[in-house]
Amino acid sequence: MNGLALYGRYVAASLRAQAQYPAATLMLTAGHCAATAVEILGVFALFDRFGPVGGWSFGEAAVFYALVNIAFSIADLLTRGFEVFGTDFVRTGAFDRVLLRPRAAALQIAGHEVRLSRLGRLAQALAVLIVASRLAPIDWDPATVAIAVWTVAGGVALFVAILVLQATLAVWTVESLEIVNVLTYGGVQAAQYPFNIYAAWFRRLLTFGVPLACVAYYPVLAILKRSDPLGAPDWLLPIAPLAGFAFLALSFLAWRAGMTRYASTGS
Amino acid sequence: MLQILVEALAKTYRVAERAPGLAGAVRGLVRRRWREVHALVDVSFSLEAGELLAFIGPNGAGKSTTVKILSGILRPTSGRVEVGGLVPYEERVKHVARIGVVFGQRSQLWWDLPVLDGFDLLADIYRVAPARYRRRRDELVAMLRLEPLLDQPVRQLSLGQRMRAEFAAALLHDPAILFLDEPTIGLDAPSKLAVREFVRRLNREQGVTVLLTTHDMHDVEALAERVVVIGQGRLLADSPFASLRAGVLAERRLCIDFAGPAPALEMDGVTVRARTDRALELAFNPVDIPTPKLIAAITAKHAVEDIHVDEPAIEEVIARFYDLHDAHEA
Repeated sequence: MNGLALYGRYVAASLRAQAQYPAATLMLTAGHCAATAVEILGVFALFDRFGPVGGWSFGEAAVFYALVNIAFSIADLLTRGFEVFGTDFVRTGAFDRVLLRPRAAALQIAGHEVRLSRLGRLAQALAVLIVASRLAPIDWDPATVAIAVWTVAGGVALFVAILVLQATLAVWTVESLEIVNVLTYGGVQAAQYPFNIYAAWFRRLLTFGVPLACVAYYPVLAILKRSDPLGAPDWLLPIAPLAGFAFLALSFLAWRAGMTRYASTGS
Repeated sequence: MLQILVEALAKTYRVAERAPGLAGAVRGLVRRRWREVHALVDVSFSLEAGELLAFIGPNGAGKSTTVKILSGILRPTSGRVEVGGLVPYEERVKHVARIGVVFGQRSQLWWDLPVLDGFDLLADIYRVAPARYRRRRDELVAMLRLEPLLDQPVRQLSLGQRMRAEFAAALLHDPAILFLDEPTIGLDAPSKLAVREFVRRLNREQGVTVLLTTHDMHDVEALAERVVVIGQGRLLADSPFASLRAGVLAERRLCIDFAGPAPALEMDGVTVRARTDRALELAFNPVDIPTPKLIAAITAKHAVEDIHVDEPAIEEVIARFYDLHDAHEA
């Protein structure tokens, strides 16, 4: 059985495990949906009070919000194993068990758990996307749909990469890695607004450091068929999500270094 | 055929030292002080296919480190290791497909999944062909009497039941070598017996090579023909169990509660280790003076309220090895 098929089996096993507690899973999902939906209300309140911000209407800003949240919720759904890698695998020694199986460690960690409750944020973000499509408005021709899917894919890659980096750090330190949440939850917060409202240094950080702008701001401009008010060339906008995949590749290089280190130090 | 070869194995860990308290934690972030811990020092031994070897030693002796290196999780600081012709930590994936590992304190099954689902997933992980998997699974289910447990989630099993399931899980891919790390820890007496009986059959009938680490001298006694004793990272003895038994493991203790004041007991081959007003603890070697004979001799002369036979704790046995070892060096 190849890696992808095995990953499918892991996912199925995780879903069956959660099906053991159907009521808890449903309530967690609903709770997650409600808790994250508060954020779009915050965005709405801002625009309702002050009118267009940075040249954007509420409907347009909501498109940024929706796509970033869709990408993050999918990444969050898939990366539970990496998120708890330090606490549930390295510190407890359970990672040894993973290494005793003849499969790539990353595949087994990725398959550790698919957290259904994260569908709550996904549902909420999809609802926002539907409303925003009307308000903005977006013309969903095939090219625009393709860019949107591509944008979400790049965003998922980027958020997965951040979680893989967090897991890699756990090999070096067992201290709490909550600091990485600045990049995940903080990143979602930052990327759900159009970037031209931010200061230049912050925009640069989010373009060249952790390329959140490349999986949110730039491609969404292409979806809205707008040019970058800050002057990025139009041809660049739809290909920007590539940066998310490049970041993912880098994170797995770091992960491999972490694995080598683990073999020489143990837990 | 040589199956495990270990030569001059050494493993040194660097451990960060940290002063206690908050100030120490902060200082530790800025500048760390490292201390070297020698987990293994110059360990050599080898194992033929089909052998059953027991690794004994107190906590922190280096048993687990050895098993981790042999199973490909850890890379040694120096030395040579070959298992079935492979260097475990160089070719982890290829190597672990050929071995089975049971940790007494760690589960490899999925907590919320029924036992059978866990087996199915393991068969996929190890790429066991469906027909072969079904045959092997049915065989193990019969040997370990797992039939009634198959559709229960693992979290609902008792420890004894879970260990039986763990053994099946570790053997579905039909490994030639089995590592057992304290497999009977925490089990009740019948479960311990069942585990020992199963390991013996596996070794004798199916020719599986077994390396067992344990704390429990009864495990060793029931299973091993050969014993390696390890303490503070060094190999202290590598000998047939029979010769260890006649020597350093032979001593027994007899604890007696007397009805009256404890007598001044003088017998050849018996030493008084401890005494209170009404109780004695004696040390003796059953090869020199058989246990029933000793008990008969004492109860014939004195009124006894309670009596039981004990054996030295493994830590004590190891301490004695150390004494021997140091004596050789001096």
